[in-house]
Amino acid sequence: MGPRKMLEPGQAVRIRDLSPPGHIRTPKYLRGKTGVIERALGPYENPEQRAYCLPAPEKQLYRVRFSMAELWGDAAETGEDTLDAEIYEHWIDTDAA
Amino acid sequence: MGGDAAGPVPNDQHDFALWEKRVDALMILGSARGHFTVDGLRRCLEDMGEQAFEDMTYYERWVASVNQNFVEAGVYTLEELGAKMAEVKARGDTYGAAQDA
Amino acid sequence: MPHDHHDHLSPSGHPYREDNDAPLSYWQTMEIAIREIMIEKGEFTAAEVNAQIEAMDARSPTNGAKVVARAWDEPDFKAALLADGSKATREMGFDIGPMNLVAVENTEDIHNVIVCTLCSCYPRNLLGLPPDWYKTREYRSRTVREPRKVLAEFGVELPETTTCRVHDSTADMRYIVLPARPKGTEGWSQQQLAELVTRDAMIGTGLAKDPG
Repeated sequence: MGPRKMLEPGQAVRIRDLSPPGHIRTPKYLRGKTGVIERALGPYENPEQRAYCLPAPEKQLYRVRFSMAELWGDAAETGEDTLDAEIYEHWIDTDAA
Repeated sequence: MGGDAAGPVPNDQHDFALWEKRVDALMILGSARGHFTVDGLRRCLEDMGEQAFEDMTYYERWVASVNQNFVEAGVYTLEELGAKMAEVKARGDTYGAAQDA
Repeated sequence: MPHDHHDHLSPSGHPYREDNDAPLSYWQTMEIAIREIMIEKGEFTAAEVNAQIEAMDARSPTNGAKVVARAWDEPDFKAALLADGSKATREMGFDIGPMNLVAVENTEDIHNVIVCTLCSCYPRNLLGLPPDWYKTREYRSRTVREPRKVLAEFGVELPETTTCRVHDSTADMRYIVLPARPKGTEGWSQQQLAELVTRDAMIGTGLAKDPG
């Protein structure tokens, strides 16, 4: 994925539902889920390469906010509660959200 | 892990033993020397699999991961490590006794 | 693993573990061997290992409590802390290393709680090492799914009108909760206020203590 426009707070996004093996900082329970950008955190080296002591290109890191209803459906304690997580840009889709 | 069912959160706590604090220090100093990153530490922890989480304590997993990273970075060889571990073990039966006098 | 709790507590408030006399384990053997090899190779010195441990022991939740007390007392500092937690705490004189700190604020309507589901990320450079429970499978699995039940186990009952915000520390940020300032503390000094700030209040599994 090439460079793209910075994502803005409030923008709807979907986390990519991929399962390659290896060191990944996108928890499984968030993959395929829809949320909104809470804030941009700036560029950080991609941990997927950093974990193997390889040269790691910088990726934009975002805090994404999800509703508990989106994550857990009817099993959520209250749908309005939220979960925020840090997600690197290459795990974020903007078109499918 | 995130989202899995699990029992009540245990509330027992303890201070860390000296050897555990030393493992922590090895991690920080080894990382400062550029031999691995926190992601490398985490990667080896994850690669140990779920069962290691049940069978090993926190700092046991950490020392295994720190070692794996040092070996991968070529800081020392398995031959060196094996010889040193045998030497340490021969010194005594307790952690205190096994220190280099 | 030995869990026999002794009468006296360490500076961190936890019971000491006295296992220097327990049988030498495989992993302890490995720790000694790695440390000695690294020192022999000149990677670092024994003094540096000791200095790291001293620095580790010196960091405790009282550091974070000072940050919280100041944020309660000084609106400008609070704004700076919420805008850039690393910068604000560094400027206060805390050596937090390369840590990226995000502070999240509890209000009458919002309660924040921190977890790391992938490992055990914690603002250790400010608060010291994480408590054991923070690293357990139970806390890491359940907090993202049923935070209210988990909080209830810690004695925090959230009203339905309060929104619970869980923060999963997945990547490069570390989090500290800025707890709500207890009522009845008007005019208190920052030193007095800091006494009310517990470690758990800064993780979100507790509240600041009531005065009295």
